[in-house]
Order: sequence, then C-alpha cells, then structure tokens
Amino acid sequence: MTVMTVRSEIASQFTQVAREQGNRLAPLTDSLELLESGLDSLCFAIIVARLEGALGVDPFTSSEDALFPRTFGEFVEFYENATK
Amino acid sequence: MKMQPNKSASLWHALNAAGDLSGRSVFGAEASIALSDLVAGSTLYGRGEELCGRSVLVTTTNQFTTASALIELDGIARRIVLCPPDLPLEHLPFVIDTAEVDAIVSDRTTFALGSPRPLIFCPCSREIAPGNYDRTIQHQTEWILLTSGTTGVPKLVVHTLASLAGAIELGSTSAEPIVWSTFYDIRRYGGLQILLRAALTGKSLVLTSAHESTADFLARAGSHGVTHISGTPSQWRRALMSPSARLIDPKYIRLSGEIADQAILNRLRSFYPQARIAHAFASTEAGVAFEVNDGIAGFPASVIEHTPQVDMKVENHSLRIRSARTASCYLGEKAPILKGADGFVDTGDMIELQDGRYHFVGRRDGMINVGGLKVHPEEVEAVINRHPEVQMSLVRTKKNPVTGALVVADVVLKVAPLATSRDMHALQNDIVLICREALSSYKVPAAIYFVPALDVAESGKMIRVNA
Repeated sequence: MTVMTVRSEIASQFTQVAREQGNRLAPLTDSLELLESGLDSLCFAIIVARLEGALGVDPFTSSEDALFPRTFGEFVEFYENATK
Repeated sequence: MKMQPNKSASLWHALNAAGDLSGRSVFGAEASIALSDLVAGSTLYGRGEELCGRSVLVTTTNQFTTASALIELDGIARRIVLCPPDLPLEHLPFVIDTAEVDAIVSDRTTFALGSPRPLIFCPCSREIAPGNYDRTIQHQTEWILLTSGTTGVPKLVVHTLASLAGAIELGSTSAEPIVWSTFYDIRRYGGLQILLRAALTGKSLVLTSAHESTADFLARAGSHGVTHISGTPSQWRRALMSPSARLIDPKYIRLSGEIADQAILNRLRSFYPQARIAHAFASTEAGVAFEVNDGIAGFPASVIEHTPQVDMKVENHSLRIRSARTASCYLGEKAPILKGADGFVDTGDMIELQDGRYHFVGRRDGMINVGGLKVHPEEVEAVINRHPEVQMSLVRTKKNPVTGALVVADVVLKVAPLATSRDMHALQNDIVLICREALSSYKVPAAIYFVPALDVAESGKMIRVNA
C-alpha cells in the first residue's frame, strides 16, 4: 500500500466515523491536535478498529513504548511507519 | 502515623477536624468553594435540618454542587442516593421507589418525575449561604450508589461512609502539600473515592466539567498544582494525546475502573518519570481491594494472600473479595444477592495465573468495559432483536487500544444470507440505527457481523466466550 492511500484511508475513516457519531469534524490538517478535532475517545476507538481492518495494522497495540500521536499529521505518520 | 477514618464521624465532622483548611478549595471549571466555607456555611440554603432522617436523592447538573451537598448531608440524611450523570430519566421513578426517596436535592429548576411519593424539594447552590445549623450527627447515613444492571435498570448498591472510606489512610504526617484531582465523575464510585480522600483529609480537589475539553482541564489542573490524580486507563490514554499533558506534574497517578495494560503503564512511566504510578482494583460492589505499585500489568499472586484487611480467593476462575469495604447489599425486594453466605463478593472478573502473576482475562457475565463504562450484552441484544429481520444476536467485546474494549455484535438473520453486499450494508446500518435510538453511544455496536448460527448451550442459553 502506498503512503498516499494510508493517508486517504485515515482521512476517510475520520470523516465517516465523525458523521456516524454525529460529531463535527475540524478540517484535517497535519497540525490539527487530535483532541481538538471534534472526535471523542469512542470515535478514536472505532477509527483504530476500522483501520486495523482496512490496513491490517494496529500500531497502538503493536508498539508498546511509543508515545501516542497528538496531531493528525503524527497519527498518519504513526500508521505510515507501521505499514512500511 | 496512620489512622483509619473515625467510623462514627460524618464527612462534615471529618472535614471540620482535618486541621488548617486555609487556601484549600474544591475547584470546578466555573466556580470554586473554600473548604473552610463548606464547614461554616450551607449550599442547601441552610435547609439541611429539613432533610434530617430522610432518604435524599442528590441529582445535580454538575459534580461541583453534588460534592458540597454530600458533605452537608452525610450524618443528617438517613440515606443519600447518588445520581450518576447519565442516568436515564425513565429510571428515576424506579430509583425513587426502591430507595424510598422522600426528598430531592437538585440545582435543576424544573423536575417532572411522575412519582406518586410525596417529596420535599431542596434546591442547592454553587454559592455558600450562611447556615450554621446544628450538625450533631443524627444518622449513620446509608450511601446508595447506582450501577448498571443487565437490562438497563440500575442496581442500587448500599454503602456507608465507613465502607466507602475503608481504604483511605488519614493522618499522614507528610508535610508535602497534596492537591487531588480525578478524570472520573465523583458521582461514580471511582471519583467518589477521590472526593472522600480530599474531604476526609482536608485537601484541595480539582473537578472535571462536562463542558470542558481535556486540554483545558489539564491546564486548569496544572494551574492548581495537582499532585495526586486518578483516572481510568482510557482517560489516561486520552490525556496523553493532548500536548497539555505536560502542564501537570503529578507525584501520584492512580489507574482504576478498567484493566491497566502494560502499554499505558509504560507510557505513563516514560511521560511522568517522577510520579508513583499505581493501578488499583476496585468496584462499586467489592470496594477498594488492592493497589499494585510495581508498574507491571496484572498483580502478583501473593496479593491474594497478603493484602491487609482484605480477604480474597479465586473460585471458578473469578476473584472474590471480603472486607469492610464491600457494599452490604443491593437495595430492593427483587434485588440480586450481593454477598455469598461466607461474606465474599464475587467480582465476576475472571483471572488467570501466568508465571506467578494474575491477569484479568474477561468477565463471567460477558460484561464489556468501554473506557470504564459498563455494557451488559443482554441490554444491547434486546435492542438488536427488536429488528424484524433479526433471529438472534450475541453481543461481545472486541479489544481496543483506545477504550480497552468496543462492543461488536454477531447477528443471525431470520432469512438466508442477503443477496448483495449492498443489501447487507443497508441492514447493518438499519440495526445500528435502532441501537443508536435506544442506547448510549458507547453501547452501540461498532461492528455488526452476520453469522449463520450462534452456539446455544443445553440450558438454552447462548454460550458467551470470555475475552
């Protein structure tokens, strides 16, 4: 999978889960802080579960000592590194 | 020197006797109250005496007013019924009936209950009014906490201040200033523990607000110099996603309410290297059982045998607890039995011994813990089964690194598998939609899987796999 499709898959899951949960999503820029994105923990939990299905990886579980991503850009990078 | 809480003292008396309260407060997002004012005045407009001997339901719009009302009511009311923030209004009449509520303390201006019971309504305020009435202890107040039952109707769990405060050590000689905080809501057991720690020892407490972002809360907690802070592993995971996590510098971090996995323990250790990090095992029914301080997930086998004041045993793989900190019973005529004949409370938490350490492996009843909030599969299944095309369903847990677990459902349809994936997707959406209408969002399945059949035991019950 190319880097571009990881990003677009993530962006589409953010958009879809926000819509399903009735949350208003902030514009997805790399510097957007995840906690300011309009999504709550439940949304992130669902996004991580769906990305595991779509991309075949769950970097949150596989990298025990890593710090959590804090911005959307870091989130994408987190997955890009895991799918390399 | 360590002392146990004085069993005969009320919360107000303990606070009054806690020494110098100058500069100590309960801090909310919009207001704060000095502990010395709480001792001297009233947030019930001085009407506390009217509530003497009554069964008082405390239902407020925020934690802040609940905290002050609790301090005032303990020792005066016969019973305090503590309403959690998300209790559906439809269950209030049941709670009022079961707890024989005859007074309500609230900051809400309108209240439609449809209760036939004559009720005194006592407003409470964020402001302290002069009201230094006689505080002689009239009752050893029963504290009623609500937990979710399998059908959505709450269970009423009976405690006393002594059982709730049983794990709290008073009279610590430490000169270090302590400021408590918690991500929990104090209207639930985990948060109430922290309110009691602060009130019984006369320390400041910083409360969360429903209208405040995690970042803003962390900034506020940092500005008040929070030293001791508790939360569920999921709440901590969320906090660590915020750049504002750097704004607090805690000396003590406590995790409870969910299984603490190694990942969150490691992350907290590397993020707050100076903090003592403990994960505690506690539940509304079983009380505070023990605290693990070695930073490793699970707990050493020796804990079972060697925890002071708490007896523990493992029977049929589940952890059972007997101590002065457990609840005494569930309230109500048809209520389930809380303690066995031997006085042990079955936590329903299944544990397994691996290399000298016990690890939590799931729940006997299949209960799912989503970020500290309990989901009973039966409640969700009942909603799914209302769909005309559904034959039966099994709701189960799916492990998740953000909330610990998510709810998913296996569904058997009445008619054979659908022709197209488009139809299937539409039906999945349809089922999710009826769940959304009837259930809180954390109870709605994150995924629906159509399966040809579900395993049914000879008893006729579905086989639930613990995990």
